[in-house]
Amino acid sequence: MTGLPSLADLRRMGDITQLLQAIPYIQFLGVTGERNGEQVTLTLRYSPQIIGNPTLPALHGGVIGAFLETTAIVQLVVSTETDRLPKPVDIGIDYLRTGRPLDTYAAATITKHGRRVANVRAEAWQEDRSRPIAALHGHFLMSGD
Amino acid sequence: MTDAPQTGPDGAPLLIGMMGPNQHMLLQGVPHARELGMELLSVEPYRARLKVPYDPRLIGNPLTGVLHGGVITTLLDNTSGIAVFCAMTKFMSTATLDLRIDYMRPAEPWRDLIAEAHCYRITRNIAFVRGACFHDDPNDPIATSVATFMLASNSSRKKAKAAEGAA
Repeated sequence: MTGLPSLADLRRMGDITQLLQAIPYIQFLGVTGERNGEQVTLTLRYSPQIIGNPTLPALHGGVIGAFLETTAIVQLVVSTETDRLPKPVDIGIDYLRTGRPLDTYAAATITKHGRRVANVRAEAWQEDRSRPIAALHGHFLMSGD
Repeated sequence: MTDAPQTGPDGAPLLIGMMGPNQHMLLQGVPHARELGMELLSVEPYRARLKVPYDPRLIGNPLTGVLHGGVITTLLDNTSGIAVFCAMTKFMSTATLDLRIDYMRPAEPWRDLIAEAHCYRITRNIAFVRGACFHDDPNDPIATSVATFMLASNSSRKKAKAAEGAA
């Protein structure tokens, strides 16, 4: 049907590429990723289509937010036993520096994982990991409605 | 139209009152908005309304066909930014400082997303905006947002650049 492998299968295989490739919007943005043990690092490839302000130039703030949200979700799929994609309940994004026309990276930490809701923090950076361009914190629903 | 004043807090006329048919330019200059197929539905003093048509390229969950939350994030960010422009009496560049979104319910597959934003306060340096994303009823939101934006006039940016250069 849609070719989305079961999340349990993906965890067993230890490969996040198939998950990323199964989600159209992640392909649309140009996001790839790698997994090192439990830790996921995603890459948002630079392309002119993700620019929000051509004068500066700067990446679209919404794209950076979407990228951080995606990173949080993929990290939750890898680190937890969830059998479906976690849903965002609320997110807050702090924009710290201009997103320049370069590749951007992001990684997430699960601050707390309760039975139904997880609290996640994620950071995005470009050339220097110690100079993040944006940070997200959010709650994600893991099961139930 | 609401009966919001056609002037800014400083009493000067709002920029959008002078734009006339050029209002569509507000989105044309944003490459990623074009890529998403975003449309400007309306602007009025302090408020903007935008749409993203349903597009299978933007699906976040292939099992349900529901659009990715990131599309909502981008639409609310962009709509909020234009609402800030709708509150300006002189052109200033904006940078998002903070964007917070509550997701009330999932979007429904095959339906367009609309967002409305209201810039309810603008000072010399900061603008405050509330927004909501929905299918067709603003009272039944998919997501709501609050955002703050930093404002910089061209002259203040030039001064900052000059200070950087001197440092």
